Amino acid sequence: MLNREILKILEKDARLSPAQIAAMTGATEEQVEQDIKQAEADRTIVKYKTLINWDKAGNEHVWAFIEVKITPQRGVGFDAIAERIYRFAEAKTVYLMAGAYDLAVIVEGRSMREVAEFVTSKLAPIEGVTATATHFVLKKYKEDGEIFESAEENKRQAVIL
Amino acid sequence: MNPANDCPSIKKPLVSQRVGALAPSGIRKFFDLLASMDDVISLGVGEPDYATPWRIRESAIYSLEKGRTMYTSNLGMPELRMELAKHLERTYGLKYDTDTEILITVGVSEALDLVMRAVIDPNDEVVMQTPCYVAYPAAVLLSGGRPVQIATSEKNNFELAPADIEAAVTPRTKAILSGYPSNPTGAVMPREKLASIAGIADKHDLLVISDEIYARLVYGMEHTCFASLPGMQERTILLGGFSKAYAMTGWRIGYAAGPREVIAAMTKIHQYTVMCAPTMAQVAALEALKGGEESVREMVADYNRRRLMFVKGLRDIGFSCFEPKGAFYAFPNIGITGMTSEEFAEKLLQEEKVAVVPGTAFGECGEGYVRCCYATAMPELEEALARIKRFVEKRRR
Repeated sequence: MLNREILKILEKDARLSPAQIAAMTGATEEQVEQDIKQAEADRTIVKYKTLINWDKAGNEHVWAFIEVKITPQRGVGFDAIAERIYRFAEAKTVYLMAGAYDLAVIVEGRSMREVAEFVTSKLAPIEGVTATATHFVLKKYKEDGEIFESAEENKRQAVIL
Repeated sequence: MNPANDCPSIKKPLVSQRVGALAPSGIRKFFDLLASMDDVISLGVGEPDYATPWRIRESAIYSLEKGRTMYTSNLGMPELRMELAKHLERTYGLKYDTDTEILITVGVSEALDLVMRAVIDPNDEVVMQTPCYVAYPAAVLLSGGRPVQIATSEKNNFELAPADIEAAVTPRTKAILSGYPSNPTGAVMPREKLASIAGIADKHDLLVISDEIYARLVYGMEHTCFASLPGMQERTILLGGFSKAYAMTGWRIGYAAGPREVIAAMTKIHQYTVMCAPTMAQVAALEALKGGEESVREMVADYNRRRLMFVKGLRDIGFSCFEPKGAFYAFPNIGITGMTSEEFAEKLLQEEKVAVVPGTAFGECGEGYVRCCYATAMPELEEALARIKRFVEKRRR
Protein backbone atom coordinates (compact mmCIF):
# COMPACT_ATOMS: atom_id res chain seq x y z
CA MET A 1 0.00 0.00 0.00
CA LEU A 2 2.63 2.48 1.10
CA ASN A 3 5.00 1.06 -1.44
CA ARG A 4 2.61 1.85 -4.30
CA GLU A 5 2.14 5.38 -3.04
CA ILE A 6 5.92 5.88 -3.06
CA LEU A 7 6.10 4.53 -6.61
CA LYS A 8 3.34 6.87 -7.78
CA ILE A 9 5.15 9.83 -6.26
CA LEU A 10 8.50 8.84 -7.77
CA GLU A 11 6.95 8.22 -11.17
CA LYS A 12 5.90 11.87 -11.22
CA ASP A 13 9.15 13.27 -9.86
CA ALA A 14 12.16 10.99 -9.45
CA ARG A 15 14.24 13.73 -7.86
CA LEU A 16 12.30 13.85 -4.61
CA SER A 17 14.37 12.83 -1.63
CA PRO A 18 13.33 10.11 0.83
CA ALA A 19 12.77 12.90 3.39
CA GLN A 20 10.39 14.70 1.03
CA ILE A 21 8.54 11.51 0.20
CA ALA A 22 8.32 10.67 3.90
CA ALA A 23 6.67 14.04 4.53
CA MET A 24 4.20 13.44 1.71
CA THR A 25 3.16 9.99 2.90
CA GLY A 26 3.43 10.25 6.66
CA ALA A 27 6.01 7.44 6.70
CA THR A 28 9.45 7.68 8.26
CA GLU A 29 12.45 8.50 6.13
CA GLU A 30 14.01 5.12 6.94
CA GLN A 31 10.87 3.29 5.85
CA VAL A 32 10.84 5.16 2.54
CA GLU A 33 14.53 4.49 1.95
CA GLN A 34 14.05 0.84 2.67
CA ASP A 35 11.06 0.54 0.35
CA ILE A 36 12.89 2.29 -2.45
CA LYS A 37 15.95 0.10 -2.01
CA GLN A 38 13.82 -2.99 -2.18
CA ALA A 39 11.96 -1.75 -5.26
CA GLU A 40 15.29 -1.01 -6.92
CA ALA A 41 16.66 -4.41 -5.98
CA ASP A 42 13.74 -6.35 -7.45
CA ARG A 43 13.61 -4.03 -10.48
CA THR A 44 10.14 -2.73 -9.71
CA ILE A 45 11.94 0.57 -10.10
CA VAL A 46 13.85 -0.06 -13.29
CA LYS A 47 15.58 3.25 -13.79
CA TYR A 48 15.41 6.99 -13.05
CA LYS A 49 15.46 9.14 -16.15
CA THR A 50 14.69 12.60 -17.44
CA LEU A 51 12.13 13.55 -20.04
CA ILE A 52 13.90 15.93 -22.41
CA ASN A 53 12.57 17.98 -25.28
CA TRP A 54 15.55 17.40 -27.58
CA ASP A 55 14.20 19.72 -30.24
CA LYS A 56 14.69 22.54 -27.76
CA ALA A 57 18.20 21.42 -26.93
CA GLY A 58 19.09 21.84 -30.60
CA ASN A 59 20.07 18.20 -31.05
CA GLU A 60 19.06 16.43 -34.22
CA HIS A 61 17.33 13.25 -33.24
CA VAL A 62 15.23 11.03 -35.43
CA TRP A 63 12.66 8.63 -34.13
CA ALA A 64 10.98 5.93 -36.12
CA PHE A 65 8.06 3.75 -35.20
CA ILE A 66 8.42 0.37 -36.85
CA GLU A 67 5.74 -2.24 -37.27
CA VAL A 68 7.30 -5.67 -37.41
CA LYS A 69 5.57 -8.87 -38.50
CA ILE A 70 7.20 -12.08 -37.39
CA THR A 71 6.65 -15.83 -37.55
CA PRO A 72 6.41 -17.20 -34.04
CA GLN A 73 8.72 -20.11 -33.31
CA ARG A 74 7.85 -23.38 -31.69
CA GLY A 75 8.49 -23.39 -27.95
CA VAL A 76 9.51 -19.76 -27.56
CA GLY A 77 6.68 -17.98 -29.42
CA PHE A 78 7.51 -14.35 -30.13
CA ASP A 79 9.95 -13.91 -27.28
CA ALA A 80 13.09 -15.20 -28.95
CA ILE A 81 12.74 -12.92 -31.97
CA ALA A 82 11.75 -10.03 -29.77
CA GLU A 83 14.94 -10.54 -27.83
CA ARG A 84 17.03 -10.55 -31.00
CA ILE A 85 15.53 -7.10 -31.63
CA TYR A 86 15.48 -5.54 -28.19
CA ARG A 87 19.13 -6.40 -27.56
CA PHE A 88 20.09 -3.75 -30.14
CA ALA A 89 20.69 -0.43 -28.35
CA GLU A 90 19.05 1.37 -31.28
CA ALA A 91 15.70 -0.21 -30.40
CA LYS A 92 14.61 2.07 -27.57
CA THR A 93 11.21 0.52 -27.03
CA VAL A 94 9.84 -2.89 -28.01
CA TYR A 95 6.26 -4.02 -27.43
CA LEU A 96 4.41 -7.18 -28.37
CA MET A 97 1.15 -6.11 -29.99
CA ALA A 98 -2.28 -7.52 -30.65
CA GLY A 99 -3.62 -6.70 -34.11
CA ALA A 100 -2.29 -6.19 -37.61
CA TYR A 101 1.39 -6.64 -36.72
CA ASP A 102 3.32 -8.33 -33.95
CA LEU A 103 6.03 -6.07 -32.59
CA ALA A 104 6.15 -2.30 -32.26
CA VAL A 105 9.71 -1.03 -32.19
CA ILE A 106 10.74 2.55 -31.58
CA VAL A 107 14.16 3.29 -32.96
CA GLU A 108 16.20 6.37 -32.24
CA GLY A 109 19.03 7.57 -34.47
CA ARG A 110 20.92 10.69 -35.44
CA SER A 111 19.59 10.72 -39.00
CA MET A 112 17.00 9.07 -41.18
CA ARG A 113 19.80 7.27 -42.94
CA GLU A 114 21.09 5.85 -39.70
CA VAL A 115 17.62 4.56 -38.82
CA ALA A 116 17.08 3.18 -42.32
CA GLU A 117 20.42 1.46 -42.18
CA PHE A 118 19.50 -0.20 -38.91
CA VAL A 119 16.18 -1.41 -40.24
CA THR A 120 17.49 -2.77 -43.52
CA SER A 121 20.75 -4.28 -42.34
CA LYS A 122 19.90 -5.39 -38.80
CA LEU A 123 16.20 -5.65 -38.14
CA ALA A 124 14.65 -6.86 -41.38
CA PRO A 125 17.14 -9.67 -42.02
CA ILE A 126 16.52 -11.34 -38.65
CA GLU A 127 15.25 -14.84 -39.23
CA GLY A 128 11.52 -14.98 -38.57
CA VAL A 129 10.91 -11.31 -39.42
CA THR A 130 8.55 -11.40 -42.37
CA ALA A 131 7.81 -7.71 -42.91
CA THR A 132 8.57 -4.24 -41.55
CA ALA A 133 6.90 -0.88 -42.05
CA THR A 134 8.82 2.17 -40.90
CA HIS A 135 7.10 5.41 -39.88
CA PHE A 136 9.21 8.44 -39.09
CA VAL A 137 8.19 10.76 -36.27
CA LEU A 138 7.71 14.34 -37.47
CA LYS A 139 6.97 16.02 -34.18
CA LYS A 140 6.56 15.02 -30.56
CA TYR A 141 3.61 16.73 -28.92
CA LYS A 142 3.34 14.72 -25.76
CA GLU A 143 5.30 11.97 -24.10
CA ASP A 144 4.76 10.06 -20.88
CA GLY A 145 1.75 12.23 -20.05
CA GLU A 146 3.66 15.50 -20.48
CA ILE A 147 2.79 18.04 -23.15
CA PHE A 148 6.02 19.48 -24.58
CA GLU A 149 4.74 22.96 -25.25
CA SER A 150 1.91 23.68 -22.91
CA ALA A 151 0.03 26.90 -23.39
CA GLU A 152 -2.02 26.70 -20.21
CA GLU A 153 -2.54 29.91 -18.32
CA ASN A 154 -3.09 29.28 -14.70
CA LYS A 155 -3.87 32.60 -13.11
CA ARG A 156 -5.47 32.58 -9.70
CA GLN A 157 -6.54 35.50 -7.60
CA ALA A 158 -4.10 35.94 -4.72
CA VAL A 159 -6.76 35.77 -2.05
CA ILE A 160 -10.11 34.05 -2.21
CA LEU A 161 -12.12 33.54 0.95
CA MET B 1 -19.90 51.30 5.29
CA ASN B 2 -21.43 54.75 5.25
CA PRO B 3 -24.83 54.48 3.62
CA ALA B 4 -24.87 58.24 2.98
CA ASN B 5 -23.13 59.72 -0.02
CA ASP B 6 -20.78 62.51 -0.93
CA CYS B 7 -23.06 64.37 -3.30
CA PRO B 8 -24.81 67.26 -1.51
CA SER B 9 -27.80 67.19 -3.87
CA ILE B 10 -28.68 63.64 -2.83
CA LYS B 11 -30.21 63.69 0.63
CA LYS B 12 -31.41 60.14 1.04
CA PRO B 13 -28.95 57.36 1.74
CA LEU B 14 -28.10 55.47 -1.42
CA VAL B 15 -27.63 52.13 0.21
CA SER B 16 -30.24 50.14 2.10
CA GLN B 17 -29.94 49.77 5.85
CA ARG B 18 -29.75 46.04 5.52
CA VAL B 19 -26.71 46.09 3.28
CA GLY B 20 -25.25 49.13 5.00
CA ALA B 21 -25.30 47.25 8.28
CA LEU B 22 -23.39 44.28 6.87
CA ALA B 23 -19.96 44.28 8.44
CA PRO B 24 -17.33 45.06 5.85
CA SER B 25 -14.48 42.64 5.47
CA GLY B 26 -12.05 43.44 8.27
CA ILE B 27 -9.00 42.68 6.22
CA ARG B 28 -9.38 45.17 3.40
CA LYS B 29 -6.05 46.74 4.24
CA PHE B 30 -4.39 43.38 3.84
CA PHE B 31 -5.93 42.83 0.41
CA ASP B 32 -4.80 46.24 -0.75
CA LEU B 33 -1.27 45.53 0.37
CA LEU B 34 -1.34 42.20 -1.41
CA ALA B 35 -2.57 43.75 -4.64
CA SER B 36 0.45 46.04 -4.69
CA MET B 37 3.02 43.26 -4.49
CA ASP B 38 4.67 40.96 -7.03
CA ASP B 39 6.18 37.49 -6.71
CA VAL B 40 4.05 36.52 -3.78
CA ILE B 41 3.58 32.84 -2.93
CA SER B 42 -0.09 32.81 -2.19
CA LEU B 43 -1.54 30.34 0.26
CA GLY B 44 -4.51 32.66 0.44
CA VAL B 45 -6.54 31.07 -2.30
CA GLY B 46 -9.65 28.96 -1.95
CA GLU B 47 -9.47 26.92 -5.12
CA PRO B 48 -7.52 24.11 -6.76
CA ASP B 49 -4.34 24.91 -8.67
CA TYR B 50 -5.43 22.49 -11.40
CA ALA B 51 -7.24 23.65 -14.49
CA THR B 52 -10.50 21.79 -15.13
CA PRO B 53 -9.74 18.30 -16.52
CA TRP B 54 -9.64 18.45 -20.31
CA ARG B 55 -12.47 16.04 -21.03
CA ILE B 56 -14.78 18.33 -19.05
CA ARG B 57 -13.54 21.45 -20.83
CA GLU B 58 -13.75 19.69 -24.18
CA SER B 59 -17.38 18.73 -23.70
CA ALA B 60 -18.27 22.36 -23.03
CA ILE B 61 -16.29 23.55 -26.06
CA TYR B 62 -18.07 21.00 -28.24
CA SER B 63 -21.46 22.11 -26.94
CA LEU B 64 -20.59 25.70 -27.90
CA GLU B 65 -19.55 24.58 -31.37
CA LYS B 66 -22.89 22.83 -31.66
CA GLY B 67 -24.66 26.03 -30.70
CA ARG B 68 -25.98 25.01 -27.31
CA THR B 69 -26.15 28.59 -26.14
CA MET B 70 -29.77 28.93 -25.05
CA TYR B 71 -31.38 28.92 -21.61
CA THR B 72 -32.11 25.58 -20.05
CA SER B 73 -35.06 24.72 -17.83
CA ASN B 74 -35.06 26.84 -14.65
CA LEU B 75 -34.22 23.76 -12.63
CA GLY B 76 -31.28 22.91 -14.90
CA MET B 77 -30.87 20.44 -17.77
CA PRO B 78 -32.91 17.27 -17.15
CA GLU B 79 -29.90 15.08 -18.10
CA LEU B 80 -27.76 16.83 -15.51
CA ARG B 81 -30.38 16.51 -12.76
CA MET B 82 -30.80 12.85 -13.66
CA GLU B 83 -27.06 12.16 -13.57
CA LEU B 84 -26.77 14.05 -10.29
CA ALA B 85 -29.60 12.03 -8.77
CA LYS B 86 -27.79 8.85 -9.82
CA HIS B 87 -24.58 10.16 -8.29
CA LEU B 88 -26.28 10.96 -4.98
CA GLU B 89 -27.92 7.56 -4.89
CA ARG B 90 -24.70 5.75 -5.74
CA THR B 91 -22.63 7.72 -3.25
CA TYR B 92 -24.98 8.12 -0.29
CA GLY B 93 -27.97 5.91 -1.05
CA LEU B 94 -30.18 9.01 -1.30
CA LYS B 95 -33.12 9.10 -3.70
CA TYR B 96 -34.19 12.50 -5.05
CA ASP B 97 -36.93 13.18 -7.53
CA THR B 98 -35.22 14.86 -10.47
CA ASP B 99 -38.21 17.05 -11.34
CA THR B 100 -39.00 18.45 -7.92
CA GLU B 101 -36.14 17.92 -5.49
CA ILE B 102 -33.02 19.06 -7.33
CA LEU B 103 -32.09 22.56 -8.47
CA ILE B 104 -28.96 23.41 -10.44
CA THR B 105 -27.51 26.73 -9.26
CA VAL B 106 -24.76 29.22 -9.98
CA GLY B 107 -22.33 27.60 -7.57
CA VAL B 108 -23.10 26.77 -3.95
CA SER B 109 -22.95 30.52 -3.37
CA GLU B 110 -26.27 31.03 -5.15
CA ALA B 111 -27.77 27.94 -3.55
CA LEU B 112 -26.87 29.28 -0.09
CA ASP B 113 -28.44 32.65 -0.83
CA LEU B 114 -31.56 31.01 -2.28
CA VAL B 115 -32.11 28.66 0.61
CA MET B 116 -31.78 31.43 3.17
CA ARG B 117 -34.20 33.65 1.31
CA ALA B 118 -36.55 30.73 0.83
CA VAL B 119 -36.80 29.65 4.46
CA ILE B 120 -36.08 32.67 6.68
CA ASP B 121 -38.73 34.99 8.08
CA PRO B 122 -37.68 38.23 9.78
CA ASN B 123 -35.57 37.52 12.87
CA ASP B 124 -35.52 33.78 12.39
CA GLU B 125 -32.34 32.39 13.81
CA VAL B 126 -29.86 30.15 12.03
CA VAL B 127 -27.36 28.33 14.19
CA MET B 128 -23.96 27.85 12.60
CA GLN B 129 -20.33 27.10 13.38
CA THR B 130 -17.58 29.69 13.50
CA PRO B 131 -14.92 30.14 12.21
CA CYS B 132 -16.79 29.54 9.00
CA TYR B 133 -17.01 30.48 5.37
CA VAL B 134 -17.56 34.24 5.14
CA ALA B 135 -20.87 34.03 3.31
CA TYR B 136 -22.71 32.07 6.02
CA PRO B 137 -23.58 34.93 8.39
CA ALA B 138 -23.94 37.35 5.48
CA ALA B 139 -26.48 35.15 3.68
CA VAL B 140 -28.60 34.96 6.84
CA LEU B 141 -28.40 38.70 7.50
CA LEU B 142 -29.28 39.58 3.92
CA SER B 143 -32.38 37.43 4.28
CA GLY B 144 -33.44 39.30 7.40
CA GLY B 145 -32.49 36.50 9.75
CA ARG B 146 -30.10 36.33 12.65
CA PRO B 147 -26.96 34.24 12.55
CA VAL B 148 -26.28 32.53 15.87
CA GLN B 149 -22.66 31.55 15.82
CA ILE B 150 -21.22 28.73 17.84
CA ALA B 151 -17.50 28.89 18.42
CA THR B 152 -15.56 25.77 17.57
CA SER B 153 -12.02 25.30 18.77
CA GLU B 154 -8.77 23.57 18.02
CA LYS B 155 -9.23 21.61 21.26
CA ASN B 156 -12.48 20.12 19.89
CA ASN B 157 -11.06 19.59 16.40
CA PHE B 158 -13.18 22.52 15.20
CA GLU B 159 -16.24 20.28 15.39
CA LEU B 160 -19.68 21.62 16.20
CA ALA B 161 -20.53 20.38 19.68
CA PRO B 162 -24.11 19.06 19.83
CA ALA B 163 -24.45 20.41 23.39
CA ASP B 164 -23.57 23.91 22.19
CA ILE B 165 -26.22 23.71 19.49
CA GLU B 166 -28.79 22.49 21.99
CA ALA B 167 -27.95 25.45 24.22
CA ALA B 168 -28.26 27.90 21.33
CA VAL B 169 -31.68 26.73 20.14
CA THR B 170 -34.55 29.12 20.90
CA PRO B 171 -38.18 29.20 19.76
CA ARG B 172 -36.95 31.43 16.90
CA THR B 173 -34.45 28.92 15.58
CA LYS B 174 -35.31 27.92 12.04
CA ALA B 175 -32.31 26.03 10.88
CA ILE B 176 -28.87 24.68 11.59
CA LEU B 177 -26.29 25.58 8.96
CA SER B 178 -23.45 23.11 8.88
CA GLY B 179 -20.40 23.41 6.67
CA TYR B 180 -18.17 20.35 6.76
CA PRO B 181 -15.54 19.62 5.54
CA SER B 182 -14.86 23.12 6.72
CA ASN B 183 -13.44 26.18 5.08
CA PRO B 184 -11.30 27.55 6.79
CA THR B 185 -10.33 24.82 9.28
CA GLY B 186 -10.31 21.66 7.16
CA ALA B 187 -12.29 19.92 9.92
CA VAL B 188 -14.56 17.00 9.10
CA MET B 189 -17.40 15.99 11.41
CA PRO B 190 -17.43 12.37 12.51
CA ARG B 191 -20.63 10.51 11.76
CA GLU B 192 -21.65 10.06 15.43
CA LYS B 193 -21.52 13.79 16.06
CA LEU B 194 -23.62 14.48 12.99
CA ALA B 195 -26.09 11.89 14.25
CA SER B 196 -26.38 13.81 17.56
CA ILE B 197 -27.05 16.99 15.63
CA ALA B 198 -29.69 15.11 13.64
CA GLY B 199 -31.32 14.26 16.96
CA ILE B 200 -31.43 17.93 17.92
CA ALA B 201 -32.87 18.90 14.53
CA ASP B 202 -35.54 16.28 14.98
CA LYS B 203 -36.35 17.22 18.57
CA HIS B 204 -36.73 20.95 17.84
CA ASP B 205 -38.16 20.51 14.35
CA LEU B 206 -35.33 22.38 12.63
CA LEU B 207 -34.19 22.47 9.04
CA VAL B 208 -30.59 21.53 8.39
CA ILE B 209 -28.75 23.33 5.63
CA SER B 210 -25.66 21.33 4.87
CA ASP B 211 -22.97 22.88 2.71
CA GLU B 212 -20.99 19.91 1.41
CA ILE B 213 -18.99 21.56 -1.33
CA TYR B 214 -15.80 19.86 -0.07
CA ALA B 215 -17.45 16.42 0.25
CA ARG B 216 -15.06 14.75 -2.18
CA LEU B 217 -11.98 16.16 -0.53
CA VAL B 218 -11.60 14.03 2.59
CA TYR B 219 -8.50 12.09 3.55
CA GLY B 220 -8.35 8.77 5.31
CA MET B 221 -12.01 8.81 6.28
CA GLU B 222 -15.47 8.75 4.75
CA HIS B 223 -17.56 11.85 4.27
CA THR B 224 -21.01 11.55 5.82
CA CYS B 225 -23.73 13.30 3.89
CA PHE B 226 -26.05 14.84 6.47
CA ALA B 227 -29.16 13.99 4.45
CA SER B 228 -28.19 10.31 4.52
CA LEU B 229 -28.64 10.10 8.30
CA PRO B 230 -31.86 8.32 9.31
CA GLY B 231 -34.88 10.61 9.01
CA MET B 232 -32.83 13.59 7.88
CA GLN B 233 -33.46 13.72 4.13
CA GLU B 234 -36.87 15.34 4.61
CA ARG B 235 -35.47 18.20 6.72
CA THR B 236 -32.09 18.68 5.05
CA ILE B 237 -31.19 20.95 2.18
CA LEU B 238 -28.02 19.53 0.73
CA LEU B 239 -25.81 22.08 -1.02
CA GLY B 240 -23.12 20.75 -3.27
CA GLY B 241 -21.11 21.71 -6.27
CA PHE B 242 -18.44 20.99 -8.79
CA SER B 243 -15.91 23.74 -8.07
CA LYS B 244 -13.61 22.01 -5.63
CA ALA B 245 -13.76 18.33 -6.58
CA TYR B 246 -13.51 18.84 -10.32
CA ALA B 247 -11.44 22.03 -10.26
CA MET B 248 -14.29 24.02 -11.80
CA THR B 249 -14.41 27.18 -9.69
CA GLY B 250 -14.72 29.59 -12.59
CA TRP B 251 -17.65 27.75 -14.15
CA ARG B 252 -19.93 28.70 -11.26
CA ILE B 253 -22.01 25.58 -11.05
CA GLY B 254 -23.56 23.89 -8.03
CA TYR B 255 -26.83 22.46 -6.81
CA ALA B 256 -29.32 22.10 -4.02
CA ALA B 257 -31.23 18.92 -3.22
CA GLY B 258 -33.94 18.78 -0.63
CA PRO B 259 -37.63 18.71 0.25
CA ARG B 260 -39.82 19.71 -2.69
CA GLU B 261 -41.43 22.68 -0.89
CA VAL B 262 -38.05 24.29 -0.24
CA ILE B 263 -36.69 23.49 -3.71
CA ALA B 264 -39.86 24.98 -5.25
CA ALA B 265 -39.44 28.15 -3.18
CA MET B 266 -35.77 28.39 -4.10
CA THR B 267 -36.64 27.84 -7.75
CA LYS B 268 -39.03 30.78 -7.64
CA ILE B 269 -36.25 33.14 -6.55
CA HIS B 270 -33.78 31.49 -8.93
CA GLN B 271 -36.23 32.01 -11.79
CA TYR B 272 -36.63 35.71 -10.98
CA THR B 273 -32.94 36.37 -10.46
CA VAL B 274 -30.79 34.20 -12.71
CA MET B 275 -33.22 32.13 -14.86
CA CYS B 276 -30.88 29.17 -15.01
CA ALA B 277 -27.26 28.29 -14.42
CA PRO B 278 -25.06 28.93 -17.49
CA THR B 279 -25.76 26.28 -20.10
CA MET B 280 -22.14 25.50 -20.98
CA ALA B 281 -21.32 25.09 -17.31
CA GLN B 282 -24.18 22.63 -16.99
CA VAL B 283 -22.86 20.65 -19.95
CA ALA B 284 -19.44 20.58 -18.31
CA ALA B 285 -20.93 19.48 -14.99
CA LEU B 286 -22.72 16.62 -16.74
CA GLU B 287 -19.43 15.43 -18.21
CA ALA B 288 -17.77 15.80 -14.79
CA LEU B 289 -20.31 13.43 -13.26
CA LYS B 290 -20.07 10.95 -16.12
CA GLY B 291 -16.34 10.88 -16.72
CA GLY B 292 -14.53 12.94 -14.11
CA GLU B 293 -14.04 10.28 -11.46
CA GLU B 294 -10.48 9.31 -12.35
CA SER B 295 -9.39 12.95 -12.32
CA VAL B 296 -10.97 13.45 -8.90
CA ARG B 297 -9.13 10.43 -7.53
CA GLU B 298 -5.81 11.70 -8.87
CA MET B 299 -6.30 15.21 -7.54
CA VAL B 300 -7.41 13.99 -4.12
CA ALA B 301 -4.35 11.72 -3.90
CA ASP B 302 -2.17 14.68 -4.72
CA TYR B 303 -3.87 17.03 -2.23
CA ASN B 304 -3.33 14.38 0.42
CA ARG B 305 0.43 14.28 -0.25
CA ARG B 306 0.61 18.04 0.00
CA ARG B 307 -1.56 18.02 3.12
CA LEU B 308 0.69 15.56 4.94
CA MET B 309 3.83 17.41 3.89
CA PHE B 310 2.49 20.88 4.69
CA VAL B 311 1.00 20.09 8.09
CA LYS B 312 4.19 18.29 9.10
CA GLY B 313 6.17 21.30 7.89
CA LEU B 314 4.08 23.67 10.01
CA ARG B 315 4.48 21.45 13.06
CA ASP B 316 8.23 21.18 12.49
CA ILE B 317 8.40 24.96 12.60
CA GLY B 318 6.78 24.75 16.01
CA PHE B 319 3.16 25.63 15.33
CA SER B 320 0.43 23.71 16.98
CA CYS B 321 -1.61 22.59 13.98
CA PHE B 322 -4.83 20.66 14.09
CA GLU B 323 -4.84 17.83 11.54
CA PRO B 324 -7.26 18.83 8.79
CA LYS B 325 -9.02 15.78 7.39
CA GLY B 326 -10.85 17.58 4.61
CA ALA B 327 -10.91 20.43 2.08
CA PHE B 328 -7.46 21.85 1.22
CA TYR B 329 -6.73 24.13 4.13
CA ALA B 330 -4.47 24.01 7.15
CA PHE B 331 -5.39 26.26 10.06
CA PRO B 332 -2.28 26.57 12.24
CA ASN B 333 -2.30 28.19 15.67
CA ILE B 334 0.20 31.05 15.51
CA GLY B 335 0.41 31.44 19.30
CA ILE B 336 4.18 30.87 19.35
CA THR B 337 4.68 34.21 17.63
CA GLY B 338 2.61 36.22 20.09
CA MET B 339 1.08 38.07 17.15
CA THR B 340 -2.54 38.63 16.19
CA SER B 341 -3.75 36.92 13.03
CA GLU B 342 -3.83 40.14 11.06
CA GLU B 343 -0.44 41.25 12.27
CA PHE B 344 1.00 37.87 11.36
CA ALA B 345 -0.52 37.84 7.88
CA GLU B 346 0.50 41.42 7.15
CA LYS B 347 4.09 41.10 8.38
CA LEU B 348 4.55 37.71 6.72
CA LEU B 349 3.46 39.24 3.45
CA GLN B 350 5.69 42.29 3.83
CA GLU B 351 8.77 40.48 5.03
CA GLU B 352 8.61 37.14 3.26
CA LYS B 353 6.06 37.60 0.49
CA VAL B 354 3.87 34.74 1.57
CA ALA B 355 0.13 35.36 1.64
CA VAL B 356 -2.07 33.60 4.18
CA VAL B 357 -5.53 34.65 5.36
CA PRO B 358 -5.97 35.89 8.95
CA GLY B 359 -8.28 33.55 10.87
CA THR B 360 -10.35 36.54 11.93
CA ALA B 361 -11.68 36.83 8.38
CA PHE B 362 -13.79 33.79 9.26
CA GLY B 363 -15.08 34.98 12.61
CA GLU B 364 -13.70 36.43 15.83
CA CYS B 365 -12.78 33.04 17.20
CA GLY B 366 -10.39 32.63 14.30
CA GLU B 367 -8.08 34.99 16.19
CA GLY B 368 -4.74 33.35 16.77
CA TYR B 369 -4.96 31.29 13.58
CA VAL B 370 -4.30 31.74 9.88
CA ARG B 371 -5.73 29.85 6.93
CA CYS B 372 -3.22 28.35 4.52
CA CYS B 373 -4.39 26.69 1.33
CA TYR B 374 -2.14 23.81 0.32
CA ALA B 375 -3.65 23.44 -3.17
CA THR B 376 -0.39 24.80 -4.50
CA ALA B 377 2.53 23.13 -6.28
CA MET B 378 4.86 21.20 -4.00
CA PRO B 379 8.01 23.29 -4.62
CA GLU B 380 6.05 26.45 -3.79
CA LEU B 381 4.72 24.88 -0.61
CA GLU B 382 8.26 23.96 0.41
CA GLU B 383 9.48 27.46 -0.32
CA ALA B 384 6.56 28.96 1.61
CA LEU B 385 7.38 26.77 4.61
CA ALA B 386 11.03 27.85 4.47
CA ARG B 387 9.97 31.50 4.44
CA ILE B 388 7.46 31.05 7.26
CA LYS B 389 10.14 29.31 9.29
CA ARG B 390 12.57 32.19 8.81
CA PHE B 391 9.80 34.61 9.76
CA VAL B 392 8.94 32.72 12.94
CA GLU B 393 12.55 32.18 14.06
CA LYS B 394 12.97 35.94 14.23
CA ARG B 395 10.20 36.40 16.72
CA ARG B 396 9.69 33.15 18.55
CA ARG B 397 8.67 33.63 22.15
